Amino acid sequence: MKPPRFRYFAPTSVDEAVELLSTHADAAKVLAGGQSLVPMLNLRLARPEVLVDINRIESLSYLRVEDGHLAVGALARHRMVEKAPEVAARVPVLQEAVRHVGHVQIRNRGTVTGSIVHADPSAEMPAVLALLDGSVRVVGPSGTRDIPWQELFLTYFTTTLGPDELAVETRFPLPPAGAGWSFMEVARRHGDFALVAVAALVTADETGRVKEARLSLAGVGGTPVRPERAEALLAGQALEDDVLAAVADAVREAIEPESDIHASAEYRRHVAGVLAGRALRAAMERARRGGEG
Amino acid sequence: MLPESSRHRIRVTVNGQVYEREVEARLLLSDFLRYELGLTGTHVGCEHGVCGACTVQLDGQPVRSCLMFAVQADGREIRTVEGLAPDEERLHPIQEAFWEAHGLQCGFCTPGFLMTVEAFLRENPDPTDEEIREAISGNLCRCTGYVNIIKAVRLAAEKLRAGR
Amino acid sequence: MATRYFGQPIKRNEDPRLLRGRGLYVDDVQLPGMLHMALVRSPYARARIRRIDTSKALAAPGVVAVITHADLPANLQGPLPPLIPHPTLKHHKTQFALAPGQVRHAGEAVAAVVAESRYAAEDAAELVEVEYEPLPAVVDMEKALEPGSPLVHEDIGTNVAAHYTQVVGDVEKAFAEADLVFEEVFRPDRGQAQPMETRGVVAVYDRNLETLTIWDSTQAPIRIRSGLAELYGMRANQVRVIAPNVGGGFGPKIMMFYPEEVLVPWLAMKLGRPVKYIEDRREHFFATNQERDQIHRVQVAVRKDGTILGIKDVFLYDTGAYIPYGLIIPIVASCTLPGPYKIPNYHAEFKAVFTNKTICSPYRGAGRPHGVFVMERIINRIAEELGIDRVEVRRRNLIQPDEFPYDVGLIYQDNAPLRYDSGNYPGLLDKLLKLIEYDQWPARKEQYRKEGRYVGLGLALYVEGTGVGPYEGARVHVEPSGKVWVATGVGTQGQSHQTTFAQIVAEELGVRVEDVEVVTGDTGAFHWGTGTFASRAAVVAGNAVALAARDVKAKALEVAANLLEASVEDLELADGQVRVKGAPQRAVSLGQVAVAANPLRGTIPPGQEPGLEAARYFNPPQSAFSAGGHAAIIEVDPATGMIKILKYAVVHDCGRLINPMVVEGQIHGGVAQGIGGSFYERLVFDENGQLLTTTFMDFLIPTAMEVPDIAIDHQETPSPLNPLGVKGAGEAGVIPVPALFVDAIEDAFSGYGLRFREVPLDPNRLRQALAEAGVPGAGSTAA
Ligand SMILES: Cc1cc2nc3c(=O)[nH]c(=O)nc-3n(C[C@H](O)[C@H](O)[C@H](O)COP(=O)(O)OP(=O)(O)OC[C@H]3O[C@@H](n4cnc5c(N)ncnc54)[C@H](O)[C@@H]3O)c2cc1C
Ligand code: FES
Ligand code: FES
Repeated sequence: MKPPRFRYFAPTSVDEAVELLSTHADAAKVLAGGQSLVPMLNLRLARPEVLVDINRIESLSYLRVEDGHLAVGALARHRMVEKAPEVAARVPVLQEAVRHVGHVQIRNRGTVTGSIVHADPSAEMPAVLALLDGSVRVVGPSGTRDIPWQELFLTYFTTTLGPDELAVETRFPLPPAGAGWSFMEVARRHGDFALVAVAALVTADETGRVKEARLSLAGVGGTPVRPERAEALLAGQALEDDVLAAVADAVREAIEPESDIHASAEYRRHVAGVLAGRALRAAMERARRGGEG
Repeated sequence: MLPESSRHRIRVTVNGQVYEREVEARLLLSDFLRYELGLTGTHVGCEHGVCGACTVQLDGQPVRSCLMFAVQADGREIRTVEGLAPDEERLHPIQEAFWEAHGLQCGFCTPGFLMTVEAFLRENPDPTDEEIREAISGNLCRCTGYVNIIKAVRLAAEKLRAGR
Repeated sequence: MATRYFGQPIKRNEDPRLLRGRGLYVDDVQLPGMLHMALVRSPYARARIRRIDTSKALAAPGVVAVITHADLPANLQGPLPPLIPHPTLKHHKTQFALAPGQVRHAGEAVAAVVAESRYAAEDAAELVEVEYEPLPAVVDMEKALEPGSPLVHEDIGTNVAAHYTQVVGDVEKAFAEADLVFEEVFRPDRGQAQPMETRGVVAVYDRNLETLTIWDSTQAPIRIRSGLAELYGMRANQVRVIAPNVGGGFGPKIMMFYPEEVLVPWLAMKLGRPVKYIEDRREHFFATNQERDQIHRVQVAVRKDGTILGIKDVFLYDTGAYIPYGLIIPIVASCTLPGPYKIPNYHAEFKAVFTNKTICSPYRGAGRPHGVFVMERIINRIAEELGIDRVEVRRRNLIQPDEFPYDVGLIYQDNAPLRYDSGNYPGLLDKLLKLIEYDQWPARKEQYRKEGRYVGLGLALYVEGTGVGPYEGARVHVEPSGKVWVATGVGTQGQSHQTTFAQIVAEELGVRVEDVEVVTGDTGAFHWGTGTFASRAAVVAGNAVALAARDVKAKALEVAANLLEASVEDLELADGQVRVKGAPQRAVSLGQVAVAANPLRGTIPPGQEPGLEAARYFNPPQSAFSAGGHAAIIEVDPATGMIKILKYAVVHDCGRLINPMVVEGQIHGGVAQGIGGSFYERLVFDENGQLLTTTFMDFLIPTAMEVPDIAIDHQETPSPLNPLGVKGAGEAGVIPVPALFVDAIEDAFSGYGLRFREVPLDPNRLRQALAEAGVPGAGSTAA
């Protein structure tokens, strides 16, 4: 298990990186945290001729709260997000979700943006991006563009990012003040990719009914899923058992899980509904307490 | 046809000592440490990032050395298990604790645990058992069932707190 | 003399080196000019090899040699030698160094590439062009027995390697007299030991000395040495095999031979340069032996008070593509099944079946978990059918303390009668019930149910045959410095022999444990022995060490008596000295005694051998039988099938304990592997015999988050069969886990009529079963 040969470049600026990518086009791959790419190289499942290592582009290592967003630079490691007080305060659901990504050694290297553009449908970060209606900012030969999550994910491990484009930032819109949140995951072992994960965001009115609810799921198909009908069902409702049962059904309808060696499609479908209910309840509990931790 | 492999001159500080070497771009950091520098205390158990045997500290933080290329360590500081004990006579308190609590059997996973735990206890000097379990969950051990490793981490935390 | 070292939880001698990262594992051996081998492995489970073209690989940068079967010398072309024969093993088919025109499991070695680095060797291995003609594969052992099934070995006309039956008593009569008769089918699935260190071999040939030195991550260095010498036509003393630090073994690292063990030394001789092979983790999944899949069909005859009259167990054992290791696993499974219970009439019958999968050989437990699983499931079924508490059913069938030695009536894996040497099974059960607070369980369970939680208690008992022969030996030698040097043939893979053997010696010779250096697993230091397996090292080698130490002691007393002008009876060994009892100032150090025992001038008494040294062997007459019981309390989330182990308790009897800390460590590790094999770890093959689980992302070894704290209590029933009174402990931890695991889950859902017959479970299977049983929250089973 030794990686195949490649040529290696370590640009120190975004421009330089983009130029390298456009010169080598399909032959090149971006190397960020390497926590997904290097295992694939070691197993020789990926064979890029050129690696463009972005770890020396220090300007991409940042977290900022700006104009209603949490902006996460492409070199911000999972661990940076996990430990940042502003993430805990403003986007606690992201902080909770990021703790489910692998283990500390993985999170010390892996990047949030890499996680997203890698587009593993069982990964946590894409589901949070979808929950918050976020986007990814990319720079290519023809300039900068923002790709909203709905237009980013195509299917398993596939995005609309061009081979000559570099993702430079992930933009998570801040959840509304007072919103309750929850992130729940079933994984075979702690730190494994999710069999199913559900993120929820709930705002409540004074009577304890749902004003707005959002759900986002991982592990249930080729991309993260926002079950729109389920979300619509929740508006104006108290989280009674029958409402949650209807929501669970709507969630199960909205997804197209596949079977693999770890779980059947049927299992994932069932658990998606279960976790949706649990996540909503937990989120509502937090919403009632005013969105606090 | 196989593509060309680029070669690079790197300068890496390992356990306080500076090494300069020319390396092939694809040389894994784990192989660099073991075969180029002869620091065979860092072990390799899976080469796909799961077992944690290859854990070293990069600028003080534990990382998988099998998921980095040596060239990426250029200009950085690496600490391996060989850099843990203060001298030939004494062990590091964490090593002592693993010894006393029988936290190792075959010893293959041990260096990875030690490097993980050292960073963990720096951040969290008085952890709960649950926090310890979480912190070491990225290191597999097939011999000990973790029971005595957890005991060792608890003991190490005590020793470190007492020594402070 | 009071015990100072034996039985104490002494810190390990081996640890300081390992903690500093200064152990020597095979991959740490680096030699000037060393070459690296990579193997081309078959992507098919069954195929004919039409053509191999190595020209492109040979032309690749850094490549020194590319070898196929045709390039091997005649002595390496045939099947490799069989390891353990058995009269009923009609077709003792063994593996090849490189596949000769046909492959029989995915991952079988087809060609070897040797290059300047492993990187270059892997590059070139991709360039070896092999033209295969894929053939239909035999994957399922039941289908393998159907007429018209493809054959793994066409020349023998069958997929059955062996068919063996053992009978105790009159089973037909037992069934005729029974009040209750039932039948069950149990299917434990395939798993793998997966030590953290993969396999590795380094070899170097010295042309001047005409010696071959091999570092091998094996559990049986002496056997490998003798076997290789024979294979290469060399004298045994021309071959030295060193098993340095081994990063976990658990069974599969004892084999004769893995292809790499034959190829690497041969390549080193042929090429005149050292050669290294380190298996990578992906290769380990299909190239290192596996174990565990069996299908048991068992019929049981019971009296209405719950006493068992008879058992008829007919099972299939999947051996994979070859059967070098013979019938050890299925024989052990048959012999472990009765466990601590009296089974007066027992019919044990199995077929060993070839399939196009990786070879099976013992993995920690080696059939024992199967026997225990079947037996303990039977007991629970009896309890359920007759409405008697499951503990009470166990009690009614237990062998009593006054019935030892107890003859089970079978022939064990060592070809000796299966006769339990000593034990106290009711005592074990009582301790276990106390540790798990069984008397409070009904109330607790009811409370959990009221809270809407599904929590169950499971328990299982077992008897484990340990310390099989034929023999081990040891040499104990006192240096002029007073330090003691011990050499024995068994290797160590973390079992703490450097400490436990040192404790035995320290106890006998009155020296400090840290002054005893133990060398294991180096044929250059000691070259008689068989290996570390079957929980035998402490028993067999440990007693050899004790005997040798006692001889040294006797000699030290004799020599010292001369020096001190005292009589032997008045002397004692303590604090590194021989001294006169009651007059400790009249003493000589052991070092001085060693010097006196090997004088340069003067005389030594006639008949006395020079030096303070002795070598002794221990040949156990039969196995020593450890026993134990485990219990666990497990919570299940029926909606997701996820589990949490709330409590885990172990009571264990391995005779006299040399070092309780070490024994407990062994148990912890075994339990963790048992938990893995009960809920997390499964090797999945598709219908073409492709292994789908080839990374740690798919084969899920438990982490610290999945293994609970483990409470342990000991009982010590010394073995009368050996001087130390010890029994083995290496495998105990793993044996009962699958049995109690499913018991706990069934208990959590008592009332729903759940019966689990397969292991491992997983969240998917568990949730599905709960849904089918109508457990609230588990959902429906319709898609
Ligand atoms: C043991 C283990 C457990 C793990 N568990 C989890 C888990 O539970 N959940 C989870 O989500 N992940 C998990 N991961 C994967 C980990 O989170 C990765 O870090 C993440 O998926 C990818 O981020 P990275 O920065 O490491 O990207 P890399 O591995 O460097 O790259 C991944 C892919 O994205 C591309 N890419 C990366 N960054 C950019 C960019 N800025 N612009 C364009 N393309 C880019 C690369 O070219 C590559 O194709 C695990 C990994 C390991 C080894
Ligand atoms: S070798 Fe790096 S994680 Fe296993
Ligand atoms: S001590 Fe052997 S793997 Fe941990």
